[in-house]
Amino acid sequence: MEVKDNTHAGHSSGIDVHDHGHGHDDHHEHHQTFITKYIFTTDHKMISKQFLVTAIFMAFLAMGMSMIFRLQLAWPDQTFPILESLIGKWGKDGKLDPGFYLALVTIHGTIMVFMVLTGGLSGTFSNLLIPFQVGARDMASGFLNMLSFWFFAASSVVMFGSLFIEAGPASGGWTVYPPLSALPQAIPGSGLGMTLWLVSMVLFIVSALLGGINYIATVINLRTKGMSMTRLPLTIWAFLITAMLGVLSFPVLVAAALLLVSDRSLGTSFYLSDIFIGGVPLDHTGGSPILYQHLFWFLGHPEVYIVLLPALGIASEVIATMARKPIFGYKAMIGSMLVIAFLSFIVWGHHMFVTGMNPFLGSVFVFTTLLVAIPSAVKVFNYIATLWKANIVLSPAMLFAIGLVSFFITGGLTGIILGDSALDINLHDTYFVVAHFHIVMGSSAIFGMFAGVYHWFPRMYGRLMNKTLGYVHFWLTIICVYAVFFPMHFIGLAGVPRRYYANTAYEGFDQLLNINELITVFALIAGVAQVIFAINFFYSMYKGKVAPQNPWNSTTLEWTAPVEHLHGNWPGAIPEVHRWPYDYSKPGSKVDFIPQTVPHSATPESNLPGDH
Amino acid sequence: MIIAMLLGVLVVIRLMTVAQLASVLSDEDEEEEQKRHNSMNSLGLMIFMVVGLALMVYMTIKYQPFMLPEAASAHGVKTDFLLNINFAVIGIVFFITQIMMFWFVYKYQHSKKRFALFYPDNHKLELIWTVVPTIVLSALIVTGLKEWNKMTQGHPQDGMLVQVYGYQFNWITRYAGEDNKLGRSYYKLISDDNPLGIDYSDPAAQDDIITKGNEMHLPKGVPVQFEFNSRDVIHSAYFPHFRTQMNCVPGMTTRFYMEPTITTAEMRVITKKETFDYVLLCNKVCGVAHYNMKMKVVVDEPAEFKNWLKGEKPAVPVAAPATADVKEQSAVIENNI
Repeated sequence: MEVKDNTHAGHSSGIDVHDHGHGHDDHHEHHQTFITKYIFTTDHKMISKQFLVTAIFMAFLAMGMSMIFRLQLAWPDQTFPILESLIGKWGKDGKLDPGFYLALVTIHGTIMVFMVLTGGLSGTFSNLLIPFQVGARDMASGFLNMLSFWFFAASSVVMFGSLFIEAGPASGGWTVYPPLSALPQAIPGSGLGMTLWLVSMVLFIVSALLGGINYIATVINLRTKGMSMTRLPLTIWAFLITAMLGVLSFPVLVAAALLLVSDRSLGTSFYLSDIFIGGVPLDHTGGSPILYQHLFWFLGHPEVYIVLLPALGIASEVIATMARKPIFGYKAMIGSMLVIAFLSFIVWGHHMFVTGMNPFLGSVFVFTTLLVAIPSAVKVFNYIATLWKANIVLSPAMLFAIGLVSFFITGGLTGIILGDSALDINLHDTYFVVAHFHIVMGSSAIFGMFAGVYHWFPRMYGRLMNKTLGYVHFWLTIICVYAVFFPMHFIGLAGVPRRYYANTAYEGFDQLLNINELITVFALIAGVAQVIFAINFFYSMYKGKVAPQNPWNSTTLEWTAPVEHLHGNWPGAIPEVHRWPYDYSKPGSKVDFIPQTVPHSATPESNLPGDH
Repeated sequence: MIIAMLLGVLVVIRLMTVAQLASVLSDEDEEEEQKRHNSMNSLGLMIFMVVGLALMVYMTIKYQPFMLPEAASAHGVKTDFLLNINFAVIGIVFFITQIMMFWFVYKYQHSKKRFALFYPDNHKLELIWTVVPTIVLSALIVTGLKEWNKMTQGHPQDGMLVQVYGYQFNWITRYAGEDNKLGRSYYKLISDDNPLGIDYSDPAAQDDIITKGNEMHLPKGVPVQFEFNSRDVIHSAYFPHFRTQMNCVPGMTTRFYMEPTITTAEMRVITKKETFDYVLLCNKVCGVAHYNMKMKVVVDEPAEFKNWLKGEKPAVPVAAPATADVKEQSAVIENNI
């Protein structure tokens, strides 16, 4: 059975017709109802779309929150009547309530880090690409996969719901350190709001764990014939390593959360000691708030790599495909991801240099943090080397991938300063940190997500997104994001703390108001640009140009499956793999790409000694 | 408002369909169209790079007046110097990598007439660009850690002992007096008259002095051993001008050693601001009024500082409490510590 792909050279890739039953009945008719097809689906393609659409909704919610608090930061003396229509009593008379400011900041961070950049990145792309790219009919367990999405949905609903309660949502920052998050009398959001936050996070972590074990099992066990580990696309390596990181580190956040629940509701003192609040001394003794911070950051740091690695994997794939060139240093890229993953477990203390931690322990973390900078640098050099003497097609996805590398460089370099404890003393918890993580984690990862959406939209919906709107979206976003976050470095160097409702308390910060205005204006424009993306996304789902089977002339397996979604992905046998995924621009070859399914016996004119 | 938004959405969709139609109707085929898009966007990226880098340099220069003035502490001068070295190093790497990347994208635009260079790896190159960053980063880290060790461990427990005590949403500073020892305190002793919960019976507490207003003073040239405490939640004592920060954690005491080197008067001359003042800011989210939890800090000449201290409040009230109360307090402490 030949599957034609629409390359300009009229070349069609042959698929070997060996019957690899894999125990699956190829002509099985599953009777699907609306509910089993769209709602409680166990099909990885549909589940990936569920993750994506949920994440888009949550992203707009969190972004809207940031628009609101940016208004307050730029124009602290102004009232905005629209606030009252948007957030009711929390925006009474057009002025943002200071307590709700902290709630917005908290929920913005929580939603962005977890729901959007973990659920939305890993959930969407691991689900879409793992079975396709390894050559499997679906995930190892469709049922667990379905549960993974619904726990994610439930977690999102609870987090969203927490916005509407009387005393307000959790307000201790996304890191929710106790005692502030343990004591309702310390801040109103630490009442029911904090309880709901904890419930939402536990549901989220269940989702992440269910997803993670599924991804690992599928990559290890369900690769098609010929798909050795060293023939896997870098996306799969990234998703695999990310899943392993998650499985090992998320449970520690559950532990931190359980101890917090216990302190809040069962009278224990894991994190609490010697507290006098609300006019009375509390009975808790013997606990340490620093214990929470260790437990939180033990997840917290791997979490940022859980966010980043899938984005880097997507960038590797998009850049190689659109540059028509193998990713430079395939093995080094895998090695660097493994080293980053390993080291990510032993650097968490760099979030805690000024907690009162033992200074010697602090210096150990400085050293390990230095180590983790090195494989990250290697990855950047490899991306740049891939672009050298390439043959680049600038699709919107490719532009976003390049933008990712740019943000990764900028944000990664400021991390070197923050990782140096002596220098961190004056920068910790200032806007310098806010700039750093928004650039290196927020923007890099969201650009990875955009690159993934534009690139694999044809694989998800069988249509192409509008290219012109894609370009407009890219240009507005990259300019605005740099304009928003680069000036924040200066604000941080000037000593302005983060999570401040207003900077009016200290006269020395008055002169920075203009910078804050600049930031807010660009943030508002960036918000509008994302609406353009959303319109493009939803419109193209139904009215976009119908996509050819392999629109980007890519070598990987997902493009060998028919455009129309089939239960079981391939209509006949699963394709067999004979080479690695990066045979782009092979000298001697007639076409500038050779799909993984083409055996070496079919390409004697371009085979090279190092081929595998 | 909602109508305007809906209209906006419709406009965008209209633009999309027009663009799609135009591309279908034009003579250009897909390949030519992509070629045109490639060159427009590469040019855009080059312009973006040049303008972006120029703006970054411009901002760095323009925002200099907003930066903190020279460090007003002994260690701060050293860390500021290290910070500048770090910025220089990462600045160089930043320019080289960003320029290379954007230049390659511009230079190697797609052409049907050629293939990309099939260059999958080069182990020697990988080794070089692993080892060189390691060496450079190690150098930066070693210099940083040397300072860190000096700041945190490299001196005996000398220094004038000063307690900075944070609570929702203000600060109290306690000076240890002649004996340079702070009297014991216990949170269950806290009351309106005894905000720090000091054990009045402790001999070391007798000469302790507490700030009575929203202002603390420090003597120039005298090393200070700060001890930080919190009454309720985590706060953080952030003195940006002294390059000093340490969390205040309920249930434990944290410490920081710092020597102020520039008086407030001197700094007013340096910054050319008559109204300049040092400040202590809370830097760990601690509740609704976190943004307003601050204390004015003044650095005096040592003689002026002694004068100021005389005007503040004794920690142990001069009117001695009744004996029974003192015994009760001691009992509470004995039973609980």
